[in-house]
Amino acid sequence: MTTTPGGLLLVLAVLVPFVGVLAAFALGGRNAQRVAMVTILAGLGIAIAVAAAVAQSGDALVYLLGGWGVPLGIALRADGLAVVMILAVAVVIVGIGVYARADFATPPGVREARAPLVFWTLLLAIWGSLNLVFVSGDLFTLYVALELLTFAAVPLVSLDGRAETLRAALRYLLYALLGSILYLLGTVLLYGVYGTLDIALLAARVQPEPATLAAAALMTAGLLAKTALFPLHLWLPPAHAGAPPAASAVLSGLVIKGSWFLVVRLWFDVFPDVVTAPSAQLLAGLGAAAILVGNVVALRQARLKLMVAYSTVAQIGYLFLMFPLALDPASARLEGGGALAGGMMHAVSHATAKAAMFMAAGVIYAALGHDRIAGLAGIGRVLPVSVLAFTLGGVSLIGLPPSGGFLAKWLLLAAAVATGQWWWAAVMLVGGLLTAGYVFLVLARALASGAEAPALRAPVPRSQEAVALALALGSMLLGLVAFTDVRFLGIGR
Amino acid sequence: MTDAATLFGLLAAALVGIGLYALIVNPQPLRKIVAFNVVGNGVFMLFGAIAHRGAGSGWGGDPVPQALLITGLVVAFSASALAIALLLRLHDVAGSATLATDAPARVSPDGNAADA
Repeated sequence: MTTTPGGLLLVLAVLVPFVGVLAAFALGGRNAQRVAMVTILAGLGIAIAVAAAVAQSGDALVYLLGGWGVPLGIALRADGLAVVMILAVAVVIVGIGVYARADFATPPGVREARAPLVFWTLLLAIWGSLNLVFVSGDLFTLYVALELLTFAAVPLVSLDGRAETLRAALRYLLYALLGSILYLLGTVLLYGVYGTLDIALLAARVQPEPATLAAAALMTAGLLAKTALFPLHLWLPPAHAGAPPAASAVLSGLVIKGSWFLVVRLWFDVFPDVVTAPSAQLLAGLGAAAILVGNVVALRQARLKLMVAYSTVAQIGYLFLMFPLALDPASARLEGGGALAGGMMHAVSHATAKAAMFMAAGVIYAALGHDRIAGLAGIGRVLPVSVLAFTLGGVSLIGLPPSGGFLAKWLLLAAAVATGQWWWAAVMLVGGLLTAGYVFLVLARALASGAEAPALRAPVPRSQEAVALALALGSMLLGLVAFTDVRFLGIGR
Repeated sequence: MTDAATLFGLLAAALVGIGLYALIVNPQPLRKIVAFNVVGNGVFMLFGAIAHRGAGSGWGGDPVPQALLITGLVVAFSASALAIALLLRLHDVAGSATLATDAPARVSPDGNAADA
């Protein structure tokens, strides 16, 4: 493995956001936002350049840090999966950057305010850490990337400093620390047995022996705690619902995808021969439980933001349905086919749709001064754009064509039928119906005829409504990529 | 010297077990943070045992786990610092440092109910 042309782009994708963090922190005050804006534009450009380079060469981009070869050195590597995630994250971050300009502007007459400074620096830190998770070719670098992601995400939960958000942040941190220490323990075991942590070298060496199985189980369990898969989801709703809307969009749309992506890397790239059919069924079983419990609890919520947060708990379940569906019945090996494509499509579609829904919920909260679902009657007449954004995001989660959620479920259903696992198809259909239930619950209130339109407490920034709608539309039209000849996922695998 | 490595490995496993038990069972956040550090020390000790085992080829020890160990220590230290900072802030704001959401709101010294 040697550095490929364009490999330097991977270094930039990780480094530029972190340079932004340092610059924003050092310059401080009003400059933090300016630095963030410049960095976000540069980062979007880098993400597009990475995708273009990979599409052009048809192979993975590789960069060897310091020119040292593996296993002594560390390789950064972007295959098709990484490119898809890098692009999706860049698009959502741009949306969040536009949305947050209204909420996290430093107020006039103040040199520096705590919340804006912290928000802009941590947003960039989350971006850099996520990119590092996507391009790392080495299990220990992935550990460091995951920890950076956690440290950047936890303070976003308690930006407003209220006691209940501090509690939510602390609970989130404790779950995340438990998860990362289990992951690290598995990494140590693997090094002890095979003497390397490079993903490609490990994949060639691993055997289904007790130490490997223990390491795989420890690492997977740790990552599940970080991803908030049922029954380790208890920290998620208070943390995601209590954060400011722009932060909720980052946490719910992007941060949980980091640890989920790592589970995908481990299962498909490191342990494809080691994982067993029952363990894959167990993961999907937890996913199915998450879908049912998350959706039912979401239906019972009285507040909009909590409802959206519980919907995230349910949608995380779909991300784990693909594991048994990707299991090739003949070779009993994980194969990255339609099921993997479905899972990736679901991750991207949920990232955009959920960010849009949290943004719309944030606009509604700011405009009404509350987000009680019972008090939303007639809101569709005063905030039509936000209600439309919320609905389109919800429609993508339900999985109506031509949304990304539809394509994802289509691919997963096709895999379920092809491998004869009809019960997962049933779970998906029931989950879709329940999702439709809570989306229509909000919609029915918002569009109620005869209701007095509520008075708005504050004017709504048009840019916030527009960006929520743009992300929701993006998620809605994502399914149309099926008709294009973009075939990233298989590259470099 | 393989016996020493095995002994250290077993001790590391015991530390991880004790720490995990405490992390899950203890309701107080401060104890959970300490328990996390106990698990962490178990993992780092395992790093040391594995580095020692790699010393068979005449080296003083396998340097890679040692390098990883130092990075891991820094990360665990930052994690503990962040957790303690959050806990202190919670104690300042809420007057108590528990994770239970229905904890009774204590009255802060200036006479106002501190729990928001």
